Amino acid sequence: MSQANIMDDEVDIVIGALHSDLTTFMNEWRPVFSQFHLIIVKDPDLSGEIQIPEGFNVDVYTRSDIDRVVGSSTSILFSGYSCRYFGYLMSRKKYVISIDDDCIPAKDNEGSLVDIVAQHITNLITPATPFFFNTLYDPYRKGADFVRGYPFSLREGVTCALSCGLWLNLADYDAPTQALKPELRNSRYVDAVLTVPVRAMLPLSGINIAFDRELVGPALIPALKLAGEGKFRWETMEDIWSGMCVKVISDHMGLGVKSGLPYVWRNERGNAIESLKKEWEGVKLMEEVVPFFQAVRLPRSAVTAEDCVVELAKIVKEQLGQSNPMFVRAAEAMVEWIKVWKAVQSG
Amino acid sequence: MASAEASSIAPTPLLKDELDIVIPTIRNLDFLEMWRPFFQPYHLIIVQDGDPSKVIKVPEGFDYELYNRNDINRILGPKASCISFKDSACRCFGYMVSKKKYIYTIDDDCFVAKDPSGKSINALEQHIKNLLCPSTPHFFNTLYDPYREGADFVRGYPFSLREGAKTAVSHGLWLNIPDYDAPTQLVKPRERNTRYVDMVLTIPKGTLFPMCGMNLAFDRELIGPAMYFGLMGDGQPIGRYDDMWAGWCVKVICDHLGLGVKTGLPYIWHSKASNPFVNLKKEYKGIFWQEEIIPFFQSAVLPKECTSVQQCYLELSKQVKEKLSKVDPYFDKLADAMVTWIDAWDELNTEGASAKLSNGKA
Repeated sequence: MSQANIMDDEVDIVIGALHSDLTTFMNEWRPVFSQFHLIIVKDPDLSGEIQIPEGFNVDVYTRSDIDRVVGSSTSILFSGYSCRYFGYLMSRKKYVISIDDDCIPAKDNEGSLVDIVAQHITNLITPATPFFFNTLYDPYRKGADFVRGYPFSLREGVTCALSCGLWLNLADYDAPTQALKPELRNSRYVDAVLTVPVRAMLPLSGINIAFDRELVGPALIPALKLAGEGKFRWETMEDIWSGMCVKVISDHMGLGVKSGLPYVWRNERGNAIESLKKEWEGVKLMEEVVPFFQAVRLPRSAVTAEDCVVELAKIVKEQLGQSNPMFVRAAEAMVEWIKVWKAVQSG
Repeated sequence: MASAEASSIAPTPLLKDELDIVIPTIRNLDFLEMWRPFFQPYHLIIVQDGDPSKVIKVPEGFDYELYNRNDINRILGPKASCISFKDSACRCFGYMVSKKKYIYTIDDDCFVAKDPSGKSINALEQHIKNLLCPSTPHFFNTLYDPYREGADFVRGYPFSLREGAKTAVSHGLWLNIPDYDAPTQLVKPRERNTRYVDMVLTIPKGTLFPMCGMNLAFDRELIGPAMYFGLMGDGQPIGRYDDMWAGWCVKVICDHLGLGVKTGLPYIWHSKASNPFVNLKKEYKGIFWQEEIIPFFQSAVLPKECTSVQQCYLELSKQVKEKLSKVDPYFDKLADAMVTWIDAWDELNTEGASAKLSNGKA
């Protein structure tokens, strides 16, 4: 099935605006985005009007919209990078693609512009293969297939719920890594998409993702806020937390998560050393978070993504909440998010 | 962050006294000419399958030892029953008799490939890099091998897991003729693998994969005894599952022992497509059996007390006998052969064992 079969009206592109002037950003993405509906959510902490060039089909949401829809006490969920989740909430489409506002289109090894929408949609509409690793990676790609030894009963695959893309130039490294290797830039274009196996956990970056909102929308959660959370990715963990939740929930629901193509080009921004001085907390947290997610198992009774989030929140509060109040807040935010999600979906 | 920065700048060690190249052959070794620039420094172990009276000519200038069926029978005696005949599975005899830390095994229809820039790929060098660098089986890195030059661990990767695990296996890939099973070959006879995917990655703990023996390297000291390629070929109901069987055993044991398995680079050029009808006959039973075999391996649990590869392997053989014999009596035989293999391995690899190994040809 080619992605041409996906009607433009099944896709929303959600951008969390951490900068008010999006003119260059939107113009760079015009060849890829112009036929789709865009949802731009302005970081509630950002001052100034959002500037967008002409020629796009776009809805812009600001602090006042957030307050109106979820109430001002809940709107705290959507500050900073998490403003994009409000966009997921507002979307009515099956597929959502979301990228950071400091990314522009990349070029592939042949020099052609990477159409991230086409690639993400292809990833989402072709099956995933989480139960057995295919050494030629995505078996549904043209020119590839399942290799000898791959059980036939597993070749139908499962539905792909999430597609995690990658980044050329400024890769998604943490502050200590980038600070220690200030010249390190990602120039390797790896021409592969692969399914991340069931029960394998990964740090799911929010910089360049796409997902099936109908299947797992509720599982992308604005929950984990670092005390010193800032306006650079080096100063956040919200997407990493959200990503672990989605992976656990996808595994539980028998859905797939893919990683690899498409690439975006991530522009230079910020200073890793400054971020490092400011924020070490996120790095420390992962030591607890990862073993927790690797071991967590959801009850059979949790069938929908909403159920799964609520169950997961309970377990987070019980187990992680003991050691750090931040996790208690995250668990509460998860429950709050589901309330809001359900209210908006039915309203 | 990846601490291997220094080694990514320094040249890869040759390891010429620590690595053996094991090649099974029934035809000839002409393919070695193309590999000469890369293989000549190394010792070769040739395992000659089929008619032992045939003389296999090894190109000049290579340092090698060659074993035919007569040698295998002489060296192993009754235990030779575990080594397949008329199947490249016999190559595992080479692993058993090697005295080196590392093994690289390659098929005789695999040639030097070129990377996208047109440069010839030194597959052995990449395998050595893969084996000397840690693996990351406990958490998936979205930028793949974090120890590679130009890459690192991504944000969110816990620092306590960044030392990685020891790498036991490096599984390389193939350009041109891909490693498809017979049904796929029949449906897509013209498909060629032309996609050079520039990555090495660790297969996560708990995930199985189909291990192909065409372009494979491993740390014999870490995992050697688990690299038994099973009972295939003449007199056996199945073929073309030798490497698969070894791969499933190896992965379960590596996961249990905390070792890593990598796949991806390097590529070789696979030139010969075997006959899909012949393949179908060989694989036929395997296609059905693997539906039972895979769940078996996916749920196999090794007790904590199994701390060596041999212990793990013997435990697995018990479980194979218990749980897979009902699929077919073949698995009963295979379980016995697994035990024989370990006996033979231990016999040949303890102190004073080297006296047994003289062969006629080197």
